[in-house]
Amino acid sequence: MLLGPSLAVSAILFTIGVAGVLLRRNAIVIFMCVELMLNAVNLTFVALSQAYGSSGQVFVFFVMTVAAAEAAVGLAIILSIYRHHKSVDLQQINLLRG
Amino acid sequence: MLDLLAAGPGQPGFLDLLQGALRPTIALIIGLPLLGFLLNGALSLWRPAAKGAVSVIGAGVLLTTFLVALQLFLQLSAVWHVKPDEVIRVTLWSWIPVGDLRVDFALQLDQLAMVMLLVVTGVGSLIHLFSVGYMKADEGYARYFAYLNLFVMFMLVLVLGASFPMMFIGWEGVGLCSYLLIGFWFSEPANADAGKKAFIVNRIGDFGFLLAMFLIWQATGSLSFAEVFDRAPQVLAAGGAMATAITLFLFLGCAGKSAQIPLYVWLPDAMAGPTPVSALIHAATMVTAGVYLVARTNVLFALAPTSQMVVAGVGALTALFAATIGLRQYDIKKVLAYSTVSQLGYMFLGVGTGAITAGVFHLVTHAFFKALLFLGAGSVIHSMHHAYHATHSHDDAQDMRNMGGLAKYMPVTAVLMGIATLAIAGIPPFAGFFSKDEILAFAFGRGAQQPAFYLFWGMGALAALLTAFYMARLMAMTFFGPNRTGEAERQHLHEAPWIMTGPLLVLGLLSLAGGWLNLPEFFPAIGAPHGVLHHWLEPVLEAGNRVAESVGLAPALSHGATEAFLVGGAILTAVLGLTLGWVVTRRAVAVPAHDAAPETGFWKVLYHKYYVDELYDWCIVRPLVAFSRVVLWKKVDQGVIDGGGVNGAAGLSRALGWIGSRLQSGQVNVYVVLFLVGAIYVLGMVAWR
Repeated sequence: MLLGPSLAVSAILFTIGVAGVLLRRNAIVIFMCVELMLNAVNLTFVALSQAYGSSGQVFVFFVMTVAAAEAAVGLAIILSIYRHHKSVDLQQINLLRG
Repeated sequence: MLDLLAAGPGQPGFLDLLQGALRPTIALIIGLPLLGFLLNGALSLWRPAAKGAVSVIGAGVLLTTFLVALQLFLQLSAVWHVKPDEVIRVTLWSWIPVGDLRVDFALQLDQLAMVMLLVVTGVGSLIHLFSVGYMKADEGYARYFAYLNLFVMFMLVLVLGASFPMMFIGWEGVGLCSYLLIGFWFSEPANADAGKKAFIVNRIGDFGFLLAMFLIWQATGSLSFAEVFDRAPQVLAAGGAMATAITLFLFLGCAGKSAQIPLYVWLPDAMAGPTPVSALIHAATMVTAGVYLVARTNVLFALAPTSQMVVAGVGALTALFAATIGLRQYDIKKVLAYSTVSQLGYMFLGVGTGAITAGVFHLVTHAFFKALLFLGAGSVIHSMHHAYHATHSHDDAQDMRNMGGLAKYMPVTAVLMGIATLAIAGIPPFAGFFSKDEILAFAFGRGAQQPAFYLFWGMGALAALLTAFYMARLMAMTFFGPNRTGEAERQHLHEAPWIMTGPLLVLGLLSLAGGWLNLPEFFPAIGAPHGVLHHWLEPVLEAGNRVAESVGLAPALSHGATEAFLVGGAILTAVLGLTLGWVVTRRAVAVPAHDAAPETGFWKVLYHKYYVDELYDWCIVRPLVAFSRVVLWKKVDQGVIDGGGVNGAAGLSRALGWIGSRLQSGQVNVYVVLFLVGAIYVLGMVAWR
């Protein structure tokens, strides 16, 4: 039905997400881009389960749950990084350099 | 078992039935000494003071093994009487199945192994009994019996093994026990060193044994005795390089284990162990393993006349060489040690001549009279030691210069040592006469085909003279003349307890009558028919004799006037040697060791054993140590192994780690890029594969 366009939208969203993660330096923005990639995948799940009638939608709930948990933890980490460095620019945060 | 015999050995499948029936018995023969070792080993760890239990276990398992062996002998001699070619083979389990190579943990029993089995368990039992008295006061009593039982187990594996690797287990095992028992009193560094010397010198011989095994495998494609001896005459050319190489490498092993030139140096030092150990391991059983190996592989040696010549030559040379050293030793055990080396030389002269029966015969009689001599010496040392211990003297209890006139204090030991002396000197009808005479007669007989054997015979005859000489000297210095022990010590000299004299008595009887086992034709049949051992061993030696005949070197005896000359000469030599030794020794002024003047002239060379140990030390040991220190340690170990290997590996991993740490930039974006590239690569591999 609308499988092709749906997948195309999802691919575009995913690519935008990846590009954002790669190119942006602000941790919050990168975080949002990760969410964008997750939602692109969710769209793929829904589209494919609509087309083939399998239970992919269930996975979407899982992904959303995990994404919520991830958001909570991730935001907490970013918050404490900010308190420490007074910045969320990831290029300045390289404590784990070998 | 009796039903089987009643059914008759003629019926088909009899051998299978017999082997099935004998399987537990043969396993028991190995298992009993092993059990003794385990129990005594456990006692030595947890209850070292339980000497009563140790004695019962240690001597008990050996006596039981001897009885089992005796019963086996009775049963099998009935079978062999009808079918002499039946060899009992029992496979306990499969050991090394690799590709074409199949080595089973298998034991075999034929007439030759039977002779050895009875000698090892019989003489072994007597020596275990003697040890109960001799070692009574020792702290390591349980440990001693554990080692002794272990030794007997390995010796039986050596004797009963059905293949070269099986024999090698026993061969190495007895070497280990020899090492442990030589260094039994290891708190003295000299004793520990003697053990190490024995172990290291034997490694050289074992190297030869291993190479021989590799060559045998290459030539015949098998390692079990039955197959090798079956195929050898077809695949090995008589007198060919392969047969000669195999047998020479085997003989290198024998030279190590049986103390022949040039590897004999460990045996005199091995006297550092307790005296019963010297009797059991370094006189009666282990050191004769080399003779047994040559007898066992008689087919291979028959195929290599050059090797036979080497064996006989080395044997004759060793017999003479060691006998001359024995002339000027003062330690009673050292005299006997060189005597053992010399007598082993006789055995090799016998088996090298192709007269396997004569060699094995001398092995058996030597086991009797040399065990008796060693145990008698043990009894003397025991008494001397007690006397010196009682007076807190630090004189040497083994130095014959400190003895003298002991016959008055220890009459039983003196009489029995006298019998053994007559036996080893070769006075008829004692045991040594028949076996030694047979060896010399065969060597003389082969001289007609290969004149070198006339020389070997001459060396053997001369060694016989010297043997009689040094034995008479030993008797005269130890038991006769004035007593030189010292006033205070004299009253502490005493005869050994019955547990020690009892085994001596049995060995005395055997030294007297052991020679009747194989009476020659010219001698009246006293107590036994002629040539019993000869007929008994015939089936084992048949294949070898066939080969020897095909190359024209069958063992031959002279008859008539020559025989009379040889026998008469042998007796004359023995009498002359004994008389000379007696007269010369009694004439010399006897003084205790600490008053003795230093040796001069050729006596000094003999006293210092031709400086062979010093020679080996300068030519082999020191250069080897220097080479090890300068090249192997400083260059190879510190330079290559430590520098290149250990530090090099560390440096390499450090360099790789440095490269890896450059990737670890701490920048999340870089990680993501790498992750993405990797993910795309993996997806690409999946998509386009």
